[in-house]
Amino acid sequence: MNFDLSDEQKMLGEQARSLLADMSSFDRLRTLIDSGAEWDEPLWRALADMGFLGAAIPEEHGGLGLGALDLGVIMEALGGANAAVPFMSSIILAAEAIGLAGSEAQKAAWLPKLASGHAVATFAYAEGPGPVFGRSATLTDGKLSGSKMPVADAGIADIAVVLVADGGFALVELDQPSVTRTKLESFDQLRPHYRLDFADAVAEAMPGSGKLDRLIDQAAVQAAFEAAGASDACLTMARDYAMERRMFGRPLAGYQAIKHKLADVAVANELARSNAYYGGWAAESSPGDLPAAAAAARLSGIKCFELAARENLQVHGGIGYTFEANCHFYYRRERMLAVHLGSRGFWADRLLNAQPGSQVKAA
Amino acid sequence: MDFNDSPDEAAFRAEARAWLAAHAPAHVLTPGDKMPDIEEADRGRAWMRELYAGGWSGLTFPKALGGRGLSGAEAVIFAEEEGKYHLPKGPFTSIGTGMALPVIAKHGTDEQKARFIEATLKGDLTWCQLFSEPAAGSDLAALRTKAVRTEDGSDDWIVNGQKVWSSWAHLTDWGILVVRSDPTLPKHKGLTFFVVDMKTPGIETRPIRQISGASEFNETFLTDVRIPDANRIGAEGEGWACCMTVLMGERLGSGAHRSGVEPLLDFAAATPDGHGGTMLDDRAIRQQLAEALAEEQGERFFQARLRTMVSRGENPGALAGMVKLAYAGRYQKTNGLALEMRGLAGIAPEAGDTAAGDVQYDYIYSTVMRIAGGADEVLRNQIAERVLGMPGEVRMDKNVPFETLKG
Repeated sequence: MNFDLSDEQKMLGEQARSLLADMSSFDRLRTLIDSGAEWDEPLWRALADMGFLGAAIPEEHGGLGLGALDLGVIMEALGGANAAVPFMSSIILAAEAIGLAGSEAQKAAWLPKLASGHAVATFAYAEGPGPVFGRSATLTDGKLSGSKMPVADAGIADIAVVLVADGGFALVELDQPSVTRTKLESFDQLRPHYRLDFADAVAEAMPGSGKLDRLIDQAAVQAAFEAAGASDACLTMARDYAMERRMFGRPLAGYQAIKHKLADVAVANELARSNAYYGGWAAESSPGDLPAAAAAARLSGIKCFELAARENLQVHGGIGYTFEANCHFYYRRERMLAVHLGSRGFWADRLLNAQPGSQVKAA
Repeated sequence: MDFNDSPDEAAFRAEARAWLAAHAPAHVLTPGDKMPDIEEADRGRAWMRELYAGGWSGLTFPKALGGRGLSGAEAVIFAEEEGKYHLPKGPFTSIGTGMALPVIAKHGTDEQKARFIEATLKGDLTWCQLFSEPAAGSDLAALRTKAVRTEDGSDDWIVNGQKVWSSWAHLTDWGILVVRSDPTLPKHKGLTFFVVDMKTPGIETRPIRQISGASEFNETFLTDVRIPDANRIGAEGEGWACCMTVLMGERLGSGAHRSGVEPLLDFAAATPDGHGGTMLDDRAIRQQLAEALAEEQGERFFQARLRTMVSRGENPGALAGMVKLAYAGRYQKTNGLALEMRGLAGIAPEAGDTAAGDVQYDYIYSTVMRIAGGADEVLRNQIAERVLGMPGEVRMDKNVPFETLKG
């Protein structure tokens, strides 16, 4: 048994963390919020230059052709930095959707641009409150109609992969008159969201059908990597603060109320990371195991980041409520990540449905 | 990343599997088979003898001491293969091989090694653990059982006190015993370690009536028990170091339990929800079962990461406690949930409802899991201190003579 990342994967993670430490400091995040920036564009360019955007895109389409675990260590680093980039939208969701369901022409047209960062894509699936993956948009004779909201990163995206009526995907360029983008107030100030209205917009069908489950299972694994990275950042931040802060004559970190809380966070993080590893392994090597592996990874990712983001702010006390402290970045990001791609209940059903004999009998 | 054995590991697994296929079936216990403790212990000895005869005892023990000198990874592989059979193993086998032998091998004299190691590996000697006391559990070094060296020229020790939670003490041959030999020293420094023949006059074991209804644990009373100095392990005052050797073994072993969320899915599916479906259709129940499955899977693959570390010769240390902490809490939570979903019919099931009986037992037994082998709170401290590097506890008992401490 060798249930660990390879040396190359560890090095990849190290490179990503090092780049993010240089370019995506908390002060940088504050500047982005204050300036109302849509995203951290210089960081995106740097991620492209390092080959990270194309990590899992096939070599024939300008990527590095690496696997889910390689992508996972990058996501873990991005989660740790709370980076303001559309990696989930453009790479994990849209590029993978094109890879899974797109025609050869669609892949050739878009994957190289997504890998190089010359184009940004998003995946439009939500339709307000209600089903997680809404299907009321329609594609008829190359015309897309309907609305999607909220859609992450739609302000900067060149194209969207849109989930449509039959569960298939439509590929639509967003810079056309029959597409209206309306910016929404986003709880996560570093992840902008939009409402997209399509009024007979020119769009292409993607030929592959029935790819949604595979797409979101893969994305759930990546979301777990991201959550594990973010939770670890919260844990480190809380530990460091508690070591430095003195209360009643000794370090705050010496109190069991704090030690035990952070020990629980550490356990939750390691369980989530272990599930993310297994999900990455399943995505690469054992697709039959992916549905259960992905759902478990997703659930434990949500759980650990929820705990870590809340307790990090709590350990900081009053200073944690200030914009100058850094807890709020994760506290807001956590709720966004907890609900995108479907929240707990959605993935609990998927996990149970992946167990033999445990499907819901009456829908 | 893979779950495959290396070529050497695969060869070892094949060898283990072939040997087990030939020798294990004759020793397998029938599920649900109730037998007297003494018979279970005897069958445990017989399996130990079989293992020894086949060269499968003491896998990680040095060859010079009668073991096979293999790596931790190979021991894990053998345990995985052996675990496929329901064999008579329990504290009556594992305390000897997992606790007594490591401490004798590390701290014992050559004479002690010759006397105890092979006999234990063969199943000729079984062991119990005489550590905890009514006022010394997680704070083991607070123990008060007292050993005084005689002045009759024999150099023997006279031991008085009370031990508790000594599993199988009524049926095992020898005990590993830690006592206070010098109360004028600070608490961790005044301890000395012995092995003691359980047939020595003055040792009385009484079964503890446990909340489960079973009595596998004992209280052991020691009244003027005479122990020859030749049975002292390590130097006088070295008792705490010996305990640490024993307890490290206990911690690493504690992560390996099987869990059991899957049977609870069946239990839910067999429980009507009162609306024509089953509890497996209930949203709240589904949510909790799914969370438990996700935790269980996380524990399994975290364990896989730790095993990978062990196979590289790294020591997981306090990380091993994380698995135990997660497992024990989940075990209690899920069995509590199962009782809840069955309602009153789970509290007072009809005769023959063995599934509800199992859940009841597991819910009761889960309390042991959270206390024994490192209580939740002890593990959290260790994780905070050794994994996260947070400060140790404020201590009132350091560098103070034990006898001056307030109990």
